[in-house]
Amino acid sequence: MVQIVRSAIAGTLESNDIMISIAPAQPGAGIHIELNSPVKNQYGRQIEAAIRAVVERYGLQDILIQANDRGALDCTIEARVETAIVRAAKGEA
Amino acid sequence: MRNAAGREIPEVLAGLKKVVPYQGPFAIRPEGRLTGPKIRMEKPRSEKLLKSIDQAIDATGLADGMTISFHHHFRNGDFVLNSVIAAIARKGIKDLTLAPSSLTDVNEAIIPFIEQGVITAIETSGARGKLGRLLTAGTLKRPVMIRSHGGRARAIECGDLQIDVAFIGAPACDLCGNINGIEGKSACGSMGYAMVDAAYADKVVAITDHLVPYPLVPISIPQTQVDYIVEVEAIGNPKGIASGALRISKDPRELLIAEYAAKVIEYSGYFKQDFSLQLGSGGASLAAAKFIKEKMIDQGITASFGLGGVTAPFVEMLEEGLLQAIYDVQDFDIPALQSLKNNPKHQEMSASFYANPHNGGPIVNQLDVVILSATEMDIDFNVNVITDSNGVIMGASGGHCDTAAGAALSIVVAPLLRGRLPMILDRVNTIVTPGETVDVIVTERGVAVNPLRQDLRDNLKEAHVPLVEIQDLQRMAYELAGRPDPIQLSDEVVGIVEYRDGTVLDVIRKPQ
Repeated sequence: MVQIVRSAIAGTLESNDIMISIAPAQPGAGIHIELNSPVKNQYGRQIEAAIRAVVERYGLQDILIQANDRGALDCTIEARVETAIVRAAKGEA
Repeated sequence: MRNAAGREIPEVLAGLKKVVPYQGPFAIRPEGRLTGPKIRMEKPRSEKLLKSIDQAIDATGLADGMTISFHHHFRNGDFVLNSVIAAIARKGIKDLTLAPSSLTDVNEAIIPFIEQGVITAIETSGARGKLGRLLTAGTLKRPVMIRSHGGRARAIECGDLQIDVAFIGAPACDLCGNINGIEGKSACGSMGYAMVDAAYADKVVAITDHLVPYPLVPISIPQTQVDYIVEVEAIGNPKGIASGALRISKDPRELLIAEYAAKVIEYSGYFKQDFSLQLGSGGASLAAAKFIKEKMIDQGITASFGLGGVTAPFVEMLEEGLLQAIYDVQDFDIPALQSLKNNPKHQEMSASFYANPHNGGPIVNQLDVVILSATEMDIDFNVNVITDSNGVIMGASGGHCDTAAGAALSIVVAPLLRGRLPMILDRVNTIVTPGETVDVIVTERGVAVNPLRQDLRDNLKEAHVPLVEIQDLQRMAYELAGRPDPIQLSDEVVGIVEYRDGTVLDVIRKPQ
């Protein structure tokens, strides 16, 4: 079981990338995603779903995620979220 | 009602006496006679030179509710439009219709005067940035009227757009009002858009920072059309008027698109001695010029004329004998300005000569090949260049639909995705150029030919480009990015996109 113990960042603000910032949250706080994206109207729903899928795959229930999107595709989003989680986690992921 | 482009158009639109739906690119048969300015006279040895813009505004008799016009050749270096409107506002004149040939970022300085009711209606080619957002918010009394360059010339000449006072930034002007654009510190080159305003406005004011003794030669706008002259410190910032020669793109995606576009031209059936060509000023379009030039040299082909919006690559082709002539409505860079000034084969032309569908023959009708850009395209080959993916005005109609309709081969170049956004949608947010006038769409992932052009489909089989159906391109884009959620629009119409023939092609609805 992965545990988020510190803040961590993955990704950049380059075009077609996404910067994911993760921070621990109080037990019971749930998954909070704050999304900033130029394509929020068209893809906000899909970006949040992609982030959430990775978070759930790691069995995380309480987490704060700031997503600063620059038009990333889902594959990029998943990779950045996964990297951020590993960087924020205690022990082996 | 539903028009021939499949768009739902309201029966009544503020600003239009009668809403005529788009019926096809050449369906409208114009009737009646051209309009003209009020008849004027000038006694011998009269004085046209006034002391200030203020004095000129008074002299024209400008009053509430009138229509004023400007030309956009100074692009982002323009001082004229903003300073004249500020002067008008100080006089307390209100409720004006602003009808410039286009608006640029620098014109966002007029936003306070829109909010104060000095300007309550706008008819133009497009707008960007804050100004575009303001127009999309429905701040005006009636929807903004979007016209192409040819459509605007038509509207002025037939009286749909009646200009009370035209304010013309004059890079060189003599004491009787003869104007050209090629001399002076604020030279902009061609005066093509302003020529129509000068010929049809009731009152014409020349504003210059380069007043010369009589007579000025050559003349682009003659003294017969000019009522008043004002000398000012500067009409523009040269750095914003013309850029240096743009470098050819190094972006591999743009280069690939350009290479495909050049191959499409080569195998289209139109690439032969004395063909004619117009290029956009976008990266892929400029890069295509380089490839086409190489093919022309390799195959010993020269072109009859180049048309535009003129940039340095065209000038080089003229100087190397690859083009016999350039017809020029607007200049974008310093080499183009210099060429118009120095090369007799570089011909200035008016917006009407360029693209007006309702005269004896605009030069777009002689055009073989045009390369155009796009903000969005759809599976019916419709093109949007006016609103962004959120439905906000951020571009200009320009000569897009004019050249697409006139050219034998119209090619639209665009990447398959911009950021995450697919460029080929089920339907574009706003149609500026109807799909039936678009022949080929070139992306880095494939080339789609309009099914209406079986001849091109046959010719391009030999072109060594990845030929696909437009639906395949869309599928590739959606596989990478996912299907975009549609943007939510209200019922409020904030813009009217008039087709070049005066019919309503589409309306812009305010996003929710």
